[in-house]
Amino acid sequence: MEEFTKYTASELKKKIAQDSLTASDIASSVVTRYDKVEEKVKGFAHFDKLSLLERAKELDKEPCTGDLSKVPVVLKDNICVKDELTTCSSNILAGFKPPYDATVVTKLKESGALLLGKSNMDEFAFGSSCETSCYYPTNNPYDIERVPGGSSGGSAALVAADETVLALGSDTGGSIRQPASLCGVVGMKPTYGRVSRYGLIAFGSSLDQIGPITKNVSDCAGLLNVISGHDPMDSTSADIPVPDYMGSLVGNVKGLRIGIPKEYDTESLFLDKVVPVNETGVKIKEAIKLLKDLGAEVVDISLPHTKYAVSVYYIVGCSEASSNLARFDGVEYGHRAKHQDALIDMYKKTREEAFGSEAKRRIILGTYTLSSGYYDAYYLKAQKVRNLIKQDFDDAFSRCDIILTPTSPETAWLKGLKIKDPLLMYLSDIFTIPANLAGIPAVSLPCGYDSKGLPIGLQFMAKHFDEEVLLRAAYTYEQNATWQRKKPEL
Amino acid sequence: MSIKKDTIRYVADLARIGLSEQEEELFAEQLNHILAYVDQLNKLDTKGIEPMSHAVSMSNVLRDDILKDGLSNSDALNNAPEKEDGSFKVPKIIE
Repeated sequence: MEEFTKYTASELKKKIAQDSLTASDIASSVVTRYDKVEEKVKGFAHFDKLSLLERAKELDKEPCTGDLSKVPVVLKDNICVKDELTTCSSNILAGFKPPYDATVVTKLKESGALLLGKSNMDEFAFGSSCETSCYYPTNNPYDIERVPGGSSGGSAALVAADETVLALGSDTGGSIRQPASLCGVVGMKPTYGRVSRYGLIAFGSSLDQIGPITKNVSDCAGLLNVISGHDPMDSTSADIPVPDYMGSLVGNVKGLRIGIPKEYDTESLFLDKVVPVNETGVKIKEAIKLLKDLGAEVVDISLPHTKYAVSVYYIVGCSEASSNLARFDGVEYGHRAKHQDALIDMYKKTREEAFGSEAKRRIILGTYTLSSGYYDAYYLKAQKVRNLIKQDFDDAFSRCDIILTPTSPETAWLKGLKIKDPLLMYLSDIFTIPANLAGIPAVSLPCGYDSKGLPIGLQFMAKHFDEEVLLRAAYTYEQNATWQRKKPEL
Repeated sequence: MSIKKDTIRYVADLARIGLSEQEEELFAEQLNHILAYVDQLNKLDTKGIEPMSHAVSMSNVLRDDILKDGLSNSDALNNAPEKEDGSFKVPKIIE
């Protein structure tokens, strides 16, 4: 049987029309591919063949003309689907089946998408390697000894491994873009407020955003069209019109001012703590040259507070997380410790048993930075520096339309390498964190391979609600890049 | 600032998380490492800078006060580890 998941969404839609494919045809092909490669990838947290085939049958009962009719989509395990397991890849949510759909899920269902299941993730999205999942680590399809990145590692790996056509992830400090970069696919974090967070299990409420992970830029625009828009159920979602993002797929960057931050140079100060990044730097410079040759204007800019971004992020992110995760106490859902004397004892034992090490560490850190006596020194200070980081971007965007950087300081690393050193792991998000702190949109797309054949990603960042310029620049690069693409061998 | 094991124990108690002796030691060491790194923020003068809690300007959102159906009692209790008579059941609260 043909493996339909190898196609992009736009290719598959043509194929469906030409060959009158049913959702059941496509679901069977998904199962075939799953049986062939999932043992190596381990990208799913929850996948049930029978219920997938059932869902496909239901879709076939009535004709659907939606934008994503019959197109396979995988959801990260922190996005609520009514009556389907949603566990944040954590034991504390073992068996949890939400009583409602996230708004993005409602939108996907209305558009006729074929939902495949839930992708594996770092527990509660705490991680950059997909190794903190309570189930198993996900592997990078380009080298299964290496990490896929995280926290949306399952979503990125499944798109790269052609186990799905589209996927959704969530991005709090780079959790869509960094795994997209490490797996050689496209991933976008939209502007804070562009996509409803209703039904996304919260990590850092002022930072979280749901976004697409796809095989190319055109599919990213198509999926963004479906999930964007104001939602009365999320009071932080923006009540402003959503353009048709397919209209941004214009192969032209003439006159576009591309800012290159001097602080993001690969040899710059804060990277001495991370692995050398020379190969990534070379590919980024090639991409800059290509865009220049296509008529873009390259502008030197400065984002002087970038070196503080990781510090600010771990204080703000962990503070918000410690507060958000207080709800997991064994009362209303999920795991509850068996032996308990009284209520407080039950809370403590439940949380001790069911949270993994990284979740505990972040809750402790966040509780500490919010606690009386330390609030001003850490949380308040971090919020002030966050403002300085945002002002850096405001200044930069007065001189350029878009900013170009690497997505990740390095390509996929070997499993186990950073898991024992939390700070080293945190520093791998240095290029992606600032966009979350400033709330601006950013996209990662492939820009070549290193000498080991591992994908390298470049990142574009733009002003609030200017996803259009991101898509235009990304599309132009993608259409004109001359390096040879290769699918992972599985 | 340096965190000792008893601070970890105190904070874990605030966060309602039980920790093993080993975890207390490990977290004390790792948190000191992390806090030493984030102490770089203290080098920055932030006098007069407003703290930022949201990246995009936000205004208070109000809706009309109209009665609507919420979750049914049985839907709300569906995932409960223990329930009784339409309520969540928990261990004794008062000693």
